[in-house]
Amino acid sequence: MTALIRKHAWVIGLAVLLALLLALTKLIQPNFGAPGLESLARSALPFAFATAAMAVVVIVGGIDLSVASMMAVCAVTAAVLMERMAGVPALMIVLAVGLAMGLVNGALIVLTRVPDIVVTLAMLFVWEGMALLILSSPGGSVAPWLSGATRGPFLIDGLPMALVIMALAIAIVWLPIRRSKLGLAIYATGSDPLAAFRSGVAVDRTKIIAYGICGLFCAMGGLSLAALTGIGEPVPGPYLMASVAAVVLGGVVLGGGKGGLLGSIIAVFILRIIRTILTLMAIDPNVTTIVEGVIMVGVVMLGTALTLRGARR
Amino acid sequence: MSPTDTDTTPPLARLGRILRDNPIIPLIAFLLLLVVALEFMRPGIVMPIRAGREGLISSFWLGNLIKFAIPLAMLAACQVLTMLTAGIDLSVGVVATVAAFVCATLSSTLGVPQAVMIALATGFVVGLVNGFGVGIVRVHPLIMTLGTGLIATGCLQVYQRFTINTGTLIPPFLEWLGTGRTWGMPNGLFLFVPFAIFIIWLMRSTGFGRLLFALGSNEKAAKLSGVKSWQVLMALYALSGLIAALAGLLYLGMIRTPSLNLANPLLLPSVAAAVIGGTSIFGGRGSFAGAIIGALILRVIDTMLTLLQMPEGARTAMFGLIILAVTALYVRITGTK
Repeated sequence: MTALIRKHAWVIGLAVLLALLLALTKLIQPNFGAPGLESLARSALPFAFATAAMAVVVIVGGIDLSVASMMAVCAVTAAVLMERMAGVPALMIVLAVGLAMGLVNGALIVLTRVPDIVVTLAMLFVWEGMALLILSSPGGSVAPWLSGATRGPFLIDGLPMALVIMALAIAIVWLPIRRSKLGLAIYATGSDPLAAFRSGVAVDRTKIIAYGICGLFCAMGGLSLAALTGIGEPVPGPYLMASVAAVVLGGVVLGGGKGGLLGSIIAVFILRIIRTILTLMAIDPNVTTIVEGVIMVGVVMLGTALTLRGARR
Repeated sequence: MSPTDTDTTPPLARLGRILRDNPIIPLIAFLLLLVVALEFMRPGIVMPIRAGREGLISSFWLGNLIKFAIPLAMLAACQVLTMLTAGIDLSVGVVATVAAFVCATLSSTLGVPQAVMIALATGFVVGLVNGFGVGIVRVHPLIMTLGTGLIATGCLQVYQRFTINTGTLIPPFLEWLGTGRTWGMPNGLFLFVPFAIFIIWLMRSTGFGRLLFALGSNEKAAKLSGVKSWQVLMALYALSGLIAALAGLLYLGMIRTPSLNLANPLLLPSVAAAVIGGTSIFGGRGSFAGAIIGALILRVIDTMLTLLQMPEGARTAMFGLIILAVTALYVRITGTK
């Protein structure tokens, strides 16, 4: 019960922090409004999907170092396909490609019995190479409606379309799973694989499926990347580090079994808005990197210290 | 990873046990196999005598192989040492880059010895911060070292803006160490051989080495036996930072152009070299000799893929697949994780 409260306390704390940071932004830049919010949501889009992908595998007790590379594969696939065929089938193919890549990762981990971190480290190179094979230099093009879909408000002014898409896409995939037996199996496998196995959870299958979901989110991340830039970029972006940071900041414990996607997504926005604030304060973008790193390390240190104290009590 | 056990036949199990006790044997066999394959791909590259030239083994080829494996093996030493305690050091690429950049930019103004000292000191400081986070605050090493790597990258970018006008100077002795040859062998060995002996000695015959193994095998037991884990981890990560800085200096002498991501591409291969070399990322088991062979294996694979003249993408993908295949095979044979 106390653990439950503490878990929720972390998410609530993050939400409060985000609200405070938004208020601070408004304070620094009084005319920060709907357009600012929209650009924030748009820039956070690929980060949010990468973080969701990472969160699922961390919850199941693994880690996926190939997230950024899979996103690159999906982005170039989308850009190449949409040049030649209609948008919607291409979209479906990209999602299927992402799912397949994730399943391959999971199957390899289960079959070879090599630690997750090593397998996905190797697959990082494989997917990166695939992206370069599909498209050796940035190019291709994206269906105009896909680029347009992330722009503008949704229904009411001030609610960015990008935010709605992000929330819907993640909720449609994750919520049914979270509520089903599979979700329980994912958490059980993450907290103790042996105990889960003995209680009748198909540990290996659960793991493969979790990696598949990770791949699916990566496909969405890749699509959003392609939508934001309008082209396919075969070189992976900085999404690996950023997603690990957001996942940990979001209260998902490395090692598995604890935390959720909501906290991680809020953490993405916190990290993005800090960047916005630093930019508004006219701070050198290079210094911004330092501040981001310090905040990430500091928050994780604080979080670890708090949980350790809680565990000792 | 899973509770199910793979059943092996007795003779295979016996072979597996022998190989598990001497993990270096299959690695050397695999390395030789790769070299033979390389020779078949391009006759004469390893044994010039077959192509009608002088010499049984090409000292040029061997020298080049060793030369480029040295910085990789040094960074792999950081991974082996930290992995012994179930950690990992993902800041080594950045630390090596920072050390190289600092050394190259300060040498012209401050003088070479001072620049080298400052470069090594930066590595030491980053290592201390890592050690503080991992040992005292108990942050997961993966996160901690990623974070310090990020911070160090930012600091490097800011630093670079201040030094944009001062020219760079590669200290002559680093250049000698990085590119020079003595009797056909790279001079880097003058640094690397004592270094390797030191690391192996440190791991095998010192109390510090035993503490690392103890912490990695069973941290609770080690603590109950009176090991102050934070002191050990602090010293370990500081040492790791120092090694990474040293590797960066050597790499600077080798590449001779400081850049903002000089040694960053070496980070993931250094993890791969340690893992191929039989070091367990879960702690308690590992050898530096294996990591050296791992680094050599990676370099031979690199040469093979370059010779095949594949597009860059296929080369990268093959590299990943081979790493995976080697580790999977290794795990299968020795029955370890």
